[in-house]
Amino acid sequence: MSPVELELLAIVKHDCPVCDQVLPALDSAGARLVSQSTAEQTAEQVARLSLTHTPELDPELALSARLDPDAVPALFLLQDGDERERVIGLDRERMVELAAAAGKSLVLDGLPALRPGCASRTRDPEVAAWLAARRARSEGRIRARELALGDLEDPIEALHDRGVTDGLPVVPPTPERVVAMLQHSSRHPQEVVAEVPPYGGVATVEKVAINAVMAGCAGPELPLVLAALQAACAEPFALHGLIATTAPAGPVVIVSGPYAERAQMNAHGNALGQGNRANATVGRALQLTIRNLGGGLPRREDRAAHGSPAKVGFAFPERLDETAPWAGLAHSRIGLGSEETGVTVFAGESPRLVVDQLAREPEALAASLAAGLESVASTRVRLAWDAMLVVGPEHGRVFRQAGWSRERLQDELFERTQSPAGSLVRGAGGIAEGLAPEWASDPEALVPKFPAADRILIAYTGGDAGLFSMVIGGWVSGTLGSDPQTVSVEPWR
Amino acid sequence: MALTVLDPTAERDPAGRPLAPRDHAPKTVALLDIRKPRGDVFLDELETLLRERGIEVLRETKPTFTKPAPADLRREIADRCDAVIEALAD
Repeated sequence: MSPVELELLAIVKHDCPVCDQVLPALDSAGARLVSQSTAEQTAEQVARLSLTHTPELDPELALSARLDPDAVPALFLLQDGDERERVIGLDRERMVELAAAAGKSLVLDGLPALRPGCASRTRDPEVAAWLAARRARSEGRIRARELALGDLEDPIEALHDRGVTDGLPVVPPTPERVVAMLQHSSRHPQEVVAEVPPYGGVATVEKVAINAVMAGCAGPELPLVLAALQAACAEPFALHGLIATTAPAGPVVIVSGPYAERAQMNAHGNALGQGNRANATVGRALQLTIRNLGGGLPRREDRAAHGSPAKVGFAFPERLDETAPWAGLAHSRIGLGSEETGVTVFAGESPRLVVDQLAREPEALAASLAAGLESVASTRVRLAWDAMLVVGPEHGRVFRQAGWSRERLQDELFERTQSPAGSLVRGAGGIAEGLAPEWASDPEALVPKFPAADRILIAYTGGDAGLFSMVIGGWVSGTLGSDPQTVSVEPWR
Repeated sequence: MALTVLDPTAERDPAGRPLAPRDHAPKTVALLDIRKPRGDVFLDELETLLRERGIEVLRETKPTFTKPAPADLRREIADRCDAVIEALAD
């Protein structure tokens, strides 16, 4: 066996007064000196302190990152390259002991007994982020191809030019930002979340995080985006068709549960509008992920005649406080506990207002809201399309005080969205669109608007004032089209 | 300073999709109705025109226009026909 090799190693930097204090003694003792500073800065320090040895540099801070001191000067006793002991900052007695253990005579007379050092450069926020990104790459946690943008390129313009945006500027997905984003999910970055239509691109957690960065997510939104993607790519949601349709629908994300607040989503005033980062970015991150991984692009695979503003991204949380008339949409659909959070994806278009400022009884209000639901797609479109009703707090109060459950309201709306076949048949009222005559042999027979009561999805959110609710028109529903999907967010946290 | 960003796409080289070889005029053509309203009107016209030219016609229908054609249906068309016309309408 070769003899045990002990080494005394000191890590320092140029702009640390404590390093300045101990460096001459470490230099005289013959310790191995390594500086975190540049060659120029180190030369300046050597001249200033009249050192006989110039500290080695630490290229890309590799040694500093491996030993990871939180402050310098950091004195290490290494045995065959492995750390046996360390002293961080100036600790006169322990430094002398450590040097002696390595067979070096360190003289620190006249220096303070104790003095904390300065933060290691590896602890500078920028450097720490860069090191974390490098570590993630070397450990295989991030594997995405790196795209080097040119010195003369504006990153915002360069990303537009590469065709990976939705038309709005995106946040450049640097490795540092992506690795920081990945901290917000416990899942391994290489886990597959879904295969994304139309081309079946494989969405790993890492790829979703890249798109979440681009969408402007702060970080805590990531589990919501992952869950929404899982739900949207489930076969019954028919995402392939939803991308390809000429209709304006896209995936609408409804977040139900306490994690919405942890992600700082807004379930109060303007919940369906602008101004809240998480509301604005969760839906956008989902759409960017679908676009960039699935490859469905507007005017190519996406054949929408008009599209809608909601297709940039549309997500909102439910308001599940003491004013809520019901449990959350996700809770009612898949039986989550109230402490859990779920997301529901619904194939929908932009929301539209339904006003009723006079109804104080649930029956009258239901009749009014039903009238708002009748015109989804066309009053003549029957038994084929879903809709979502987003009940506002002032309307919700009427149902809460009357003790109406969500199911009761769905049933009442279903009953009130039925019209005589004769009024819906092709040509009635001078409108060509309508039921085929064979469906209207009995003109008095009532034809429902929706295939079933539970095809009217009901969510609750919004600000305190305003006797309003919102209707979100759907798309072809159920097994013939898109079946709304709900999943728990908890596995993605 | 130059910036490095991570590729947000699936990083796949799209497989080429060359046209199938056509060394003779098709003998049998499938007309695939995707189930949009009035698609049948258009396909009826096409069927008449094809039959006038002595071409066999196979009428097929997707279960719903909202979803891709099932694999079995695609296979059946590929096995039985030389060409397919997929008809949109509205």
